[in-house]
Amino acid sequence: MTELRLRGVSAGYGATPVVRGVSAEVSSGGWFAIVGPNGAGKSTLLKAIAGLVPCQGRVELNGKAPSRKEKARVLGYAPQNPVLPDGLTVTDYVLLGRTPHLGLLARESAADVSIVEETLERLDLTALAGRKLRTLSGGEQQRTVLARVLAQRTSLLLLDEPTTGLDVGHAQALLERLDLLRREDGTTVVSTLHDLTFAAQYADELLLLDGGEVAASGKPAEVLTPQRLRDHYAAETEVLHTADGHPVVAPVRRPT
Amino acid sequence: MLRTRSRPPTTRLRPRTVVLALLVLLAAMVFALVAGSGALGWQRVLGELVAQVTGGTSPLSEREAAIVWELRAPRVLLAGLVGAALASAGAAFQGVFRNPLADPYLLGAAAGAGMAATIVVVFVPAVTGWLIGPLPLAAFAGALGGVGLSWLLGRSAGGSGTATLLLAGVAVTAFLTAIQTFVQQLNTDTIKQVYTWTLGGLNVTGWRDLWLALPYVAVAAVVLCGCARLLDVLTLGDAEAASLGIRPGRVRLVLLAAASLATAAAVAVSGLIGFVGIVVPHIVRLLAGASYRVILPLSLIGGAVFLVLADFVARTALPGELPLGVVTAFAGAPFFAVVLRTSRGRTP
Repeated sequence: MTELRLRGVSAGYGATPVVRGVSAEVSSGGWFAIVGPNGAGKSTLLKAIAGLVPCQGRVELNGKAPSRKEKARVLGYAPQNPVLPDGLTVTDYVLLGRTPHLGLLARESAADVSIVEETLERLDLTALAGRKLRTLSGGEQQRTVLARVLAQRTSLLLLDEPTTGLDVGHAQALLERLDLLRREDGTTVVSTLHDLTFAAQYADELLLLDGGEVAASGKPAEVLTPQRLRDHYAAETEVLHTADGHPVVAPVRRPT
Repeated sequence: MLRTRSRPPTTRLRPRTVVLALLVLLAAMVFALVAGSGALGWQRVLGELVAQVTGGTSPLSEREAAIVWELRAPRVLLAGLVGAALASAGAAFQGVFRNPLADPYLLGAAAGAGMAATIVVVFVPAVTGWLIGPLPLAAFAGALGGVGLSWLLGRSAGGSGTATLLLAGVAVTAFLTAIQTFVQQLNTDTIKQVYTWTLGGLNVTGWRDLWLALPYVAVAAVVLCGCARLLDVLTLGDAEAASLGIRPGRVRLVLLAAASLATAAAVAVSGLIGFVGIVVPHIVRLLAGASYRVILPLSLIGGAVFLVLADFVARTALPGELPLGVVTAFAGAPFFAVVLRTSRGRTP
């Protein structure tokens, strides 16, 4: 299990950072969702945690700042639009997730192949193991990307919009599966999610980012208020509740 | 609980495939040596080969045997070496740039070698008795210099990204070609000599050229095949490769340096032979899968087979000798088209 702590993290490429002074704590085994309007810096913050963009401040895992190599072993990252190399099979692709555990010039051992095999099974991909990536549907592709990150066997997952391009059913299925796996393994998940209703249902904690700064953070029900959504998304919404008490963010039309 | 699992199908280079490929290469070389023997008669050369293996008596005279072993054999082997160098370098370039149209001349290797070769042809008087002729030396240095210049320019322009590097290669190529054209224009009497060199060819005078190029190609081949898995990781893009603990910029530098070394060695002994670096890795990719741990070693062997046969055609198709670069394009392009069509029809 991994506990993540951000202290005054600023990140971005140019002179003016995209993300400014973000501090947050993610408890071990939790699901932490970064939400916010387009261009708020959600993906940049996730990349900063993964160590993929120049970044100031401290990113601590279990109390210390890990080296580049350590990061690859404890922290798995999937970008919003992953590159799926043409012609590679599902198995070969997922096997690349074992890279941090191999020597620079080493080959995968039978143990690595077993881990891939098990991961494919957990994600219901066994039947697709020999298929080329480009022949998969959108949902299958997202599951395959998740399999690659899971094959990395890290205790912290950084997932940038894991449901991009999926319809409501496929998105729900993917999030349910992810939730199940993380509970089984005790994995900590940090993800960006643009769908606030999904974010409220799956995450324990939300971080609302606007203009690169933290606008609010806390339990979903505390963060998602009509006033905040008006201030930061410029959206007219009502926050409803499902039968089991999860907030549902519903857009409403302004009376004309 | 007992259950049988089928192993997931990982793309690996199977020993059987390598052995088969090497047998094809051996067959191609023996064929080129025996069938390309011209006036000596193929049955007699075959007899000589059999005699060498079994220790029997050869039908060839000592002088004829010397032609086979001091002229023909090194040429066949050199063709194989150059083909292996260009094809594996091409595969590496395609992986590094994530572009199927990349070839080993992309970053100024051809332009640099061409410029240096032109300058030598024009300004350096013909010399004899050098251990290494000035032309191969200049071509080798020019090829490496061109790539080095592109790399420095790309880095100074910012970032280790491939797009910048590619544009730097375009700029360097244009600049060096301009110098070459200018020098050429002032000395039109040497055009034919430069032109012949540009079209590529293996006019070997013995084993020396082979020994000159072999160490560079061997080192490059070991590095490229050793980095094949890292090249697969690079195809995920820089962000994901970095998240897997790889330094993309550094891996690219190592791969491009090794591939350019092989290219420079090939250019030095054979001039500019096009198409091998593109067509061979593609055929391998279409037949054997998209993982570079299969593509790189098989391109190495496939490139050797391809160029041994191309050189055979260059020597024997017409009474005179055809430029090797013409043969590779003329024979390679239709073959490539056929492979492309059949494989696209087969896979969805």
